[in-house]
Amino acid sequence: MSAIRELTLKSLHEKAGARFGAFAGWNMPITYPLGVLKEHLHTRTSVGLFDISHMQLFEMSGENVDQALASACPIDPSLIAVSESKYTFLLNENAGIIDDLIVTRYAPDRFIIVSNASRADIDEGHFQKAAHKFGCKLKALSRVFLALQGPKSEAIALVCGLDVQGMIFMHGRELPGDIIVTRSGYTGEDGFEIAIPVNQAEALTTKLLAHPDVEWIGLAARDSLRLEAGLCLYGNDLDETTTPVSAGLLWAIPKSIRETGTFTGADAFRAALKNSSPRKRVGLTPEGRMPVRNNTPIVDENGNELGTINSGSFGPSVNHPVAIGYVDRAAIEAKTPLFATVRDNKIPLTISPLPFTPHTYFKG
Amino acid sequence: MSTTYFTNDHEWIRVEGNIATVGITNYAQEQLGDLVFVELPAVGKSIVSGGACVVVESVKAASDVYAPVDGAVTEVNDALGANPEIVNSAAESDGWLWKMSLSNTSQLDGLMDAAAYAKMVG
Repeated sequence: MSAIRELTLKSLHEKAGARFGAFAGWNMPITYPLGVLKEHLHTRTSVGLFDISHMQLFEMSGENVDQALASACPIDPSLIAVSESKYTFLLNENAGIIDDLIVTRYAPDRFIIVSNASRADIDEGHFQKAAHKFGCKLKALSRVFLALQGPKSEAIALVCGLDVQGMIFMHGRELPGDIIVTRSGYTGEDGFEIAIPVNQAEALTTKLLAHPDVEWIGLAARDSLRLEAGLCLYGNDLDETTTPVSAGLLWAIPKSIRETGTFTGADAFRAALKNSSPRKRVGLTPEGRMPVRNNTPIVDENGNELGTINSGSFGPSVNHPVAIGYVDRAAIEAKTPLFATVRDNKIPLTISPLPFTPHTYFKG
Repeated sequence: MSTTYFTNDHEWIRVEGNIATVGITNYAQEQLGDLVFVELPAVGKSIVSGGACVVVESVKAASDVYAPVDGAVTEVNDALGANPEIVNSAAESDGWLWKMSLSNTSQLDGLMDAAAYAKMVG
């Protein structure tokens, strides 16, 4: 194992009283003195600032970048206009998810890819290979990466001199000073992800924090926010044994390539489309107030296992426990009563549409 | 007259005669963060010093609260069912968790007083 990596802005987090913990090889702020519950609620009602610099940005460029990207990911670059972002994947030969990603086109011959921290090294190898094959360049970018999330995000961004006027959800813009902003995030709220060159990062971050509405939000609340928003966490809800079909993420794969695309894992993906997986991902609401945590088995009334809770927590905004899990399709179709056992309690689970809290993305 | 003791596991125990009231300390609630759920024991349950008796849950994690001494549960703080946040706002008073009878009062001798506990948490 390599040494744990430290954030560029570590001293700012320390000054804010962060409690740190290890995540995907990084020493990350988990909570701040406000606490996870209030950090979560603050993001939904006002604006939160997240340091997500553990996530890795890659730039892929070259005349044949569309072909390179289409060979690596189940995506149709001809459908992605300049400034547009798409959610996509790297798949293995079995159509298992190596990582889930956001790609944004900034020029006809240039994309930025955002990888999860835990998968960045593996992703780099796959993208490097694809870039090489089509004569493109792949560069890992060194940036401070922040997310500004919540209903007041746009107002704060504008006050702090970030020209985000007119941007809509899942679009990116390059700003002066080599700053890249996308109107996106992982909380279900309107907001932005902002990639800043390291030497300017502290100044811009300090400016954002100077606004009284802006609070630092740690990884703990980032997790409860994304769970309420029904969004998958790689490593919990997605891994190399889940496919976009079993994960219920087929919407991310355009129809134009489902039958004809030549991306890695295409054959297995088409097989998965025909023979649906035994289990699929669903939202689950545990009855009562007791949270059901990650890795709790889901059973029928006789204790036969029918699935697993992959992400389970308390949803501060909905004010009840929330969960995402994988459940046998047959049991879902038969409406078999589902339960989770927590200590000595058998808690009924109801399959619930995702998200638990409505998305408030700005779609223009 | 009551006497309050403290444990290494950050519980307080207030003893009046043969009945004790137990809760977590203000320091403990600060460490746990805002609570969203408290699982209380059944009244009448026998408990043994060091055994898990209550589970307090924050958004992120579930934590056990241990019985500081042997005895049986005589009452639980039902107000926490709907309002677990009372433990955060009043950990050492209204946020009490359970009351218990004591079957071995000599166990109290091994616990700390307020001054010793304050010194421990610094």
